[in-house]
Amino acid sequence: MFCLMNEILEKILVRYPANRKDSLLPILQEVQQVNGYLTDDLIAEVGRTLNMPVNKVFSVAAFYDQFRFRPHGLYHVQLCRGTACHLHGSLSYLGELEKQLKLKAGTTSRDRRYSLELVNCMGACESAPVIRINDVYHPHVTPEALTRIIHSLKEKTE
Amino acid sequence: MAILNTPENKEFLVEKILKSYSTIFDKANSDRLALVKRDKVIHPVIYIGTGTCGLIAGAGNTLTAVEQYLEKNNLDAEIIHVGCIGLCSMEPLLDVQLPGKSRISFHHATEDRVEGLLDAVFHHLLLEETVLGQYKHPGHEDWANMPYVLQMPFFALQHRNILRNSGIISPWSVDDYIAHGGYRSLYKTVLNYTSDKVCEIVDQSELRGRGGGGYPTGKKWALALGTGSDQKYLICNADESDPGAFMNRAIIEGDPHRVIEGIAISAYAIGASNAYIYVRSDYEQSLVILEKALSQAKEYGFVGENIFNSGFNLHIHIRQGAGAFVCGEETALIASIEGKRGIPQSKPPFPAEKGLFGHPTIVNNIETLANIPSIMENGPGWFKSIGIRESRGTKIFSIAGKATHTGFIEIEMGTTISDIVVSIAGGTKGNKQLKAVQFGGPSGVCLPVQDLNTPVGYESLRALGSSLGLGGIIILDEDTCMVNLSKYFMEFLQKESCGKCIPCREGTRRMRNILEEITRRPREDSSHETLERFKGVVELESLAEVIRDTSLCGLGRNAPNPVLSSLKWFREEYEEHIFDRKCKAGICHDLRTFFIDVEACNGCNICKKKCPENAIIGSVKLPHFIVESKCTGCGICFDCCKFNAIYFK
Repeated sequence: MFCLMNEILEKILVRYPANRKDSLLPILQEVQQVNGYLTDDLIAEVGRTLNMPVNKVFSVAAFYDQFRFRPHGLYHVQLCRGTACHLHGSLSYLGELEKQLKLKAGTTSRDRRYSLELVNCMGACESAPVIRINDVYHPHVTPEALTRIIHSLKEKTE
Repeated sequence: MAILNTPENKEFLVEKILKSYSTIFDKANSDRLALVKRDKVIHPVIYIGTGTCGLIAGAGNTLTAVEQYLEKNNLDAEIIHVGCIGLCSMEPLLDVQLPGKSRISFHHATEDRVEGLLDAVFHHLLLEETVLGQYKHPGHEDWANMPYVLQMPFFALQHRNILRNSGIISPWSVDDYIAHGGYRSLYKTVLNYTSDKVCEIVDQSELRGRGGGGYPTGKKWALALGTGSDQKYLICNADESDPGAFMNRAIIEGDPHRVIEGIAISAYAIGASNAYIYVRSDYEQSLVILEKALSQAKEYGFVGENIFNSGFNLHIHIRQGAGAFVCGEETALIASIEGKRGIPQSKPPFPAEKGLFGHPTIVNNIETLANIPSIMENGPGWFKSIGIRESRGTKIFSIAGKATHTGFIEIEMGTTISDIVVSIAGGTKGNKQLKAVQFGGPSGVCLPVQDLNTPVGYESLRALGSSLGLGGIIILDEDTCMVNLSKYFMEFLQKESCGKCIPCREGTRRMRNILEEITRRPREDSSHETLERFKGVVELESLAEVIRDTSLCGLGRNAPNPVLSSLKWFREEYEEHIFDRKCKAGICHDLRTFFIDVEACNGCNICKKKCPENAIIGSVKLPHFIVESKCTGCGICFDCCKFNAIYFK
């Protein structure tokens, strides 16, 4: 696994000039896009290339909401918690999602089928409340629609 | 189609249209321009709104359905992807322009309706309820009895300058932008004006920063221009992390080249050869469009080395924000680009003197920069003539929440908030009563109904204790609980506080705890607890003052705003939560008291079995009752009742 990642990492790192600390965020973003999340090894490797201590790299990565240190589930459910979605009752959907998928917000289920994430705002406030599953957006979610969404999600994984 | 994106067309557009628009303009050229601008079309043209809002509403499927329809009926038509016109709640929008006829727009054009809509339009039999409206054009024949888009209440009060191309032209085509007058200002500026002159023109126009601070743009630029350095930077801030705001997305997805042109002129004005666009990473579609636009601009020589042979070089880099609200603050944004944690620094030195990598840097909001091309084109006097004193020009707002029409709008400064809320947004959805308008994002304020006659402007809103903010407007109706909303904002700000200043880091947490205390179910309802809660509210105000006075950046200084403003205008709601332990809107779940409607209850026994506190009594087939002293207000009985016999107060 690590050997494979190293190759991918090399491909990414070649495109950035060495020792430029300002490349850190774009590199981490690309690495996360390829691998899905950041592992300790990847962070160490990025630090080595940029000549930065690993704790510095980790402190930057931990500061930003975008970076994840745990893998996603097969179906990554994102619930928008923006102001417009909040007004349309997204909090009550959180409870329902947690109950139905049997996991807490910000975690991945043990069988790696689902993961649930709260997002500050997806910038789709006109369609509030919004739930995103992998790349598909579900606008104007109602309690009935949510039941349907969860049902079809469960059907897909079984 | 064939006419766009060919080398001859590129040469025609750049040489004839862009560089010498006013001098060489004969009939052959204007005929050709009409074809490029699609003022005259030979085949039908179908426009589909494929901005983020359109795609979420199902524009992708609409597109497939249109393609299938054309193939099935063997029709030759051009499909153009456009951004959003602003009426996001009506998406997906599908426009059709038949040769010689006006462009007509259909709302809610989901895939299942495509066939019917296209059949109707090709047979000239339109159904009025499917039509949004038509675009008036002198060379086109109007559709009979169809409304005009720009005369609709949503558009009639708007003053569209930055957004004038949004939803009309294709954001994917630089040719389209040039044909509609694009990049002319850049050409004029780099060849005719010195950097000093550009700063002077912008200063004369009285343009102020649209990012919330409202600092005069021309003055800021002059400061950076006057600072000697071999390298200067311009940063375009499109890291719109305010929950509930999406104007920046709209600008990028509607007209990305306007942003690039604005950046190029601004970089020329301050003498910067490198510029960054910092876009929020959640805006995936915007990033794709922006990258495409930038590569086209490079190909045409509007960005890169020696632009228009003037000796001016500019390299633009796109950076993805990594999801930190505090990075909207300029020094935090600079730290983020440098690859550090996005933590604000104290000023002075201002970034204009010592910013990115220690060089003079100007950070401008994307909307400020999008204003620049029109100011250079029409002159500062034109810009000054729009708007009111101290707030010139137009402002883009996004409307979300409980409004009838949600989307984004551009209005002249000085338009009243009630015009925006009532006339443009169409008031609240479902005839609910309007309660308040939330202005300026999580660190903005809630304005009550009686303040809505205020004209929009920097100073008029400052007088109300608010700021113009980025321009997010959230409409709140009677079903909104102000205490709950304040708690939501404090939760958000507490989470997003970078942790540098203790008053902000700990103060926001304390404020959130106090608000949680108010909205939580009492453990024992002694008068002592009520007093504690009341003391909390008094403490809220003094805490707010400390946070405001001692925090470094705008996030901390404005953090108490939502609580203070709702305390000021909706104090009785706080008191109701504290003393009566009631939430009128029914949003604060812990404060609900449940009752069973004796008439509707048929004694199915389900709620009794589900109640975790054994608070429901009653026999099978007889109405049940809730023992109030045992009920914890969890709402399980309410959710499980199939007969809607349980209600709360």
